[in-house]
Amino acid sequence: MPYQFLEEIAIADIAFQAWGDTLETLFISAADAVMNTMIDNLSAIAPQATRKIELANNALDLLLFEFLQEFIYYKDSELLLLRPKEVTIQQQQQTYHLTAIAKGEELDFQRHHQRVDVKAVTLHQFQLEKTAKGWQARVILDI
Amino acid sequence: MAKLKQLNRISDTVWEIPTSYKEGMRVPARIYSTEKLLQEMDEAVLDQISNVATLPGITKYAMCMPDGHFGYGFPIGGVAAMDVDQGGVISPGGIGFDINCGMRLVVTNLTYDDVKPHLKELVDKLYKRIPAGVGSKGFVKLSRSQFRDVVEQGAQWCVRNGYGWEQDLEVSEEGGRLKGADASKISDKAVDRGINQIGTLGSGNHYLEVQVAKPENIFDEELAKALGITIPNQVVIMFHCGSRGFGHQVATDYLQTFLKVMESKYGIKILDRELACAPFNSPEGQDYFSAMQCGINMSFANRQVILHRIREVFSDVFNRSPEQLGMNMIYDVAHNTAKLEEHVIDGTARSLLVHRKGATRAFAPNMTDLSPRYQGVGQPIIIGGSMETGSYMLMGVPSGEQTFFSTAHGSGRTMSRRKARKSWRAKQLQEEMAQRGIYIRSVSNAGLAEEAGGAYKNIDEVIAAAEQAGLSKRVVRLTPIGNIKG
Repeated sequence: MPYQFLEEIAIADIAFQAWGDTLETLFISAADAVMNTMIDNLSAIAPQATRKIELANNALDLLLFEFLQEFIYYKDSELLLLRPKEVTIQQQQQTYHLTAIAKGEELDFQRHHQRVDVKAVTLHQFQLEKTAKGWQARVILDI
Repeated sequence: MAKLKQLNRISDTVWEIPTSYKEGMRVPARIYSTEKLLQEMDEAVLDQISNVATLPGITKYAMCMPDGHFGYGFPIGGVAAMDVDQGGVISPGGIGFDINCGMRLVVTNLTYDDVKPHLKELVDKLYKRIPAGVGSKGFVKLSRSQFRDVVEQGAQWCVRNGYGWEQDLEVSEEGGRLKGADASKISDKAVDRGINQIGTLGSGNHYLEVQVAKPENIFDEELAKALGITIPNQVVIMFHCGSRGFGHQVATDYLQTFLKVMESKYGIKILDRELACAPFNSPEGQDYFSAMQCGINMSFANRQVILHRIREVFSDVFNRSPEQLGMNMIYDVAHNTAKLEEHVIDGTARSLLVHRKGATRAFAPNMTDLSPRYQGVGQPIIIGGSMETGSYMLMGVPSGEQTFFSTAHGSGRTMSRRKARKSWRAKQLQEEMAQRGIYIRSVSNAGLAEEAGGAYKNIDEVIAAAEQAGLSKRVVRLTPIGNIKG
């Protein structure tokens, strides 16, 4: 699994670490970690609805911060559980541009096993870094 | 433990972190706690509360309440008063994403014996009528412009529209509405996230509980009477929830706004990005203050609509009107806010923006802004414990002045969610609780296990510490018999 929940970091909240060979795969892993905090059985989310996500930020870590928020936004505004399918990140001058396709469906209380709701992505100890193997991020979610 | 060596013992319940602990601390930090509770606190509290002490305008001390634990930016249990005339800042990280997360208490004239035969039906109906869990939609259907009215008018909007009684407003902080709320300061995204969520509980540690006030758990009979607790084994309802996705988005929006201007425009350097802030008297600071008050109002409205549902369910189950059942609201407290208050510092009255994150305002008797009903006795404080152990009602006292009249907000976690989930199985926990007379319904098995009583500090110790430190006075301990949660 390209992400792991961290045991003793945030006592009342949820912390996770995510990895990817590329920046794009790291973003996909981290978004799945956010969704997996709320829904135990990610595989039960059928890719029926599609949403396009477009973001731009001068800081790469804040681009990830904004990207993760999108999944919380759709969960509240449309009760839509989404997983990212394609992510592209390009740098143009000082700015990073992200385009993503996310797919999923409306929350079904019978089929989707709930865990806890995520209120927000926090910036406390938020890290995105390049490693020898690729990319790594550490995130604390407010529960 | 290394932690104790870094602290100066001021008294049995006050521990100080000197400004030499960390570069940039403008004032010392103080933790209000017994030695035992301090030993149980995670070390991150020291780091986080000393970071708070570096914020511009902080007055006297950065403080942490006895239930303090790891937060983001501020620790949970953090209190900081910023002098707005001395460049004091406002910080979303000092309020929490869940703006006006808080507690409400309503009493009944029913006893445990009256309720016991109907408990299962009652809890099942509450569970059905008050949505909880991930996302979730409430029953109040609003247009976008109506929603903007709600966030400007709070619980007052609800009462005008039939969701509550006029006297409910008299026993809410600020009459259930903060007048400084300005809906032009909120984003469309915040509206999108909140518009369908009025009347929903949320998840995590949010819950609704049916409780009993046993005679042996009343610490002060006179004060208990002032809280409407007059019958042996009287049944009351306590619930805990906040401003839902709306408040979370308001905080997220302004965290990003502040990050952009904090250093470049105002020259403020911080030790943790979650402490992003702006001077209170700046355009950005004022915008957030107005938007944050919308969050406070949304939360008041949310709890008002839930109260309405509770009255409907009790009325349905007991075939009497809520008035006949004496379902009077006792109080509503916020434990995630920043409020502009006047406090006397070294003999001079100063205008302070008091941030309370996981901390409850605890006004003493006869203070301005206290509801007329409680002028003589002090502010009621509602403390939610874990679903297994019990909760408390406290009152504010004059010696609360030392913490800008603030006290604890709950029992405080000692075990992470992951570990709790590995330590308890939901089904077994549910059965064990049933054997002890507590009937519980939850949307999530994992969520239930994470909220096991053993994952929290001992609430009796936390409340005793708050009393020993002179922050608040115990009135009654309440025992759970029914619970619904996300």
